[in-house]
Amino acid sequence: MSANQFKNPVVRWIDHRLPIFSFLNHEATEYPTPKNLNYFWNFGSLAGISLVIMIITGIVLSMNYTAHVDYAFDSVERIMRDVNHGWLLRYIHMNGASFFFIVVFIHIFRGLYYGSYKAPRELLWMLGVVILLLMMATAFMGYVLPWGQMSFWGATVITNLFSALPFVGEGIVTWLWGGFSVDNPTLNRFFSLHYLLPFVIVGVVILHLVALHRFGSNNPLGIDTRGPQDTIPFHPYYTIKDFFGLSVFLTFFAAAVFFFPNFMGHPDNYIPANALQTPAHIVPEWYFLPFYAILRAVPDKLGGVLAMFGAIAVLFILPWLDSSPVRSGRFRPIFKIFFWVFFADCLVLGYIGAMPAEGIYVVIGRVATVWYFLHFLLILPILSVAETPRPLPQSISTPIFGGAGAMAGAAAAPKRKVE
Amino acid sequence: MKKPILTLAAAVISASFSLPALSAGGGDVILRQEEWSFSGPFGTFNKASMQRGFQAYKEVCAGCHSMNYIAFRNLADLGYNEAEIKAIAAEYEVEDGPNDEGEMFMRNGIPADRIPAPYPNELAARAANNGAYPPDLSLIVKARANGADYLYSLLTSYEDAPAGTVVPEGMYYNAAYSGHMIAMPQPLYGDDVEYADGADTSMDAVAKDLVNFMAWAAEPALEERKRMGVAVMIFLVLLSGLSFGAMRFIWADVKKAEA
Repeated sequence: MSANQFKNPVVRWIDHRLPIFSFLNHEATEYPTPKNLNYFWNFGSLAGISLVIMIITGIVLSMNYTAHVDYAFDSVERIMRDVNHGWLLRYIHMNGASFFFIVVFIHIFRGLYYGSYKAPRELLWMLGVVILLLMMATAFMGYVLPWGQMSFWGATVITNLFSALPFVGEGIVTWLWGGFSVDNPTLNRFFSLHYLLPFVIVGVVILHLVALHRFGSNNPLGIDTRGPQDTIPFHPYYTIKDFFGLSVFLTFFAAAVFFFPNFMGHPDNYIPANALQTPAHIVPEWYFLPFYAILRAVPDKLGGVLAMFGAIAVLFILPWLDSSPVRSGRFRPIFKIFFWVFFADCLVLGYIGAMPAEGIYVVIGRVATVWYFLHFLLILPILSVAETPRPLPQSISTPIFGGAGAMAGAAAAPKRKVE
Repeated sequence: MKKPILTLAAAVISASFSLPALSAGGGDVILRQEEWSFSGPFGTFNKASMQRGFQAYKEVCAGCHSMNYIAFRNLADLGYNEAEIKAIAAEYEVEDGPNDEGEMFMRNGIPADRIPAPYPNELAARAANNGAYPPDLSLIVKARANGADYLYSLLTSYEDAPAGTVVPEGMYYNAAYSGHMIAMPQPLYGDDVEYADGADTSMDAVAKDLVNFMAWAAEPALEERKRMGVAVMIFLVLLSGLSFGAMRFIWADVKKAEA
């Protein structure tokens, strides 16, 4: 780690005074990483790259955007028509938000399945939940900026949620709006915050990485690395694997941007905002649909708001709800089943969020909401004590011995990975 | 173990693609499906049809509907040359000013002007149309679910109301319109326009020309986008293949040690 390991004298000179090259070498090149990470470990770096893509396109878009109720919609259309490659910038930014959430949701489910939230990575996990919250706020405010019908009515519905809070609710809503309805002051502050929050996200991402590098990545076996035989340097092994993952990710992303750019949007947002005309169905962006379903599942307004925020809040205490010492779902036969049920439950919630709140949809939405919370508050704590996990391998590089292979499917993967 | 996990990514992605489609589909009507030249990954606009559509817009729609985002210079995309665009623009009178005396004045249009709107503001438009507001058509194809098929259906689905259905005064029955009661009178009957190129002027054909024109107006960069998209996809697929090969090469020693 000393500075003289660098051949270039300029680099050596700088590194002696400002050890940035040593730092990079230590954290990005030598950084020992478990050698058995599967492709689900690609999604962290993909999320980081998505954030960078969003910030770069967003900065250029903001150079051409006008945050005023009379000009916002027109300025977006000008970007689409008259700014050189403005359509490309905007479609990348618009679809980038969706792809950022796709990547982050996969990243989160990976953490849930492999127990990446467990000791000693509780703070790493909680910082991730903070990032998710910040992303949701940023995405919501960004969707308001084009000032289409869904922008306006989405902003109206979501900000109105705060009016459910007792005593202070109405005051908070007026304060958020900067007036007595969603109007120009609202648009201006949303633009300001939409520009600010991504940089706050960058800050929390840095903390997330610091916390990650303290103990290193979890891995599909969920056991600690026991020495150099279990790890490989991050570069070149995971730089090239992340690069391959990035190429595949960009292929899907480009397919959406160039061939289905409006698929994940809503046609109503190409109608300028009109405070006098409510759209037939006010639907949030797809990535909010599960939370929207939870909001609507509770008949009481305040209860719905609390449930929606509770759905995120429960993630903060997840490391203490699931106290099973075994991290990876691979060695927890019952947890594994409930994980997939929970995953299906989230998809059901997303579907219900897109449907009108009537008839059978209400019933399904309520059952799925109850299950969401049951999974965290009841099932995981019970499994922590009631479940007998399968025996863990001794280390990443040591094969499993003994009668662990009762289930054929479960035995196959560790065998290939571990030997 | 590994295979069911791999379905996770696929499930998340497919779910995220199917949900908004379900939400956007709404409506109580069945649309007429048409093969549009601009759909598909290699889609392009039909210039002759767009020119006819522009003519039909001018002669049939423009009395009530604006196209505020379209400037005459944009008509170059339809295949008009500079002289033709200048001539088209000069057919219009646009308000300009104030001049040195501080007065607004009228002058002939130039290519940089937007197509003038039929009404000065929404209230004037409503006053002239029984309180209904004829929407701007620049973005209409993108502002409706399945916009192209929807507009084609809307323009060709005026019918007599079924027995027992009361159509209020000033409303019309349209099978493709949500709720079926539309304030816009039937715009096309067949032979509404006379095309210089002698093309079909049946109701269906003119409706298709209009949709081709309005699809371009909603998304003028569509051809450039798809052309660039094909090149980008080829590049990214090759890059994915190359980086996969590089990854296998770099990881060979780790895999060998494991084997």
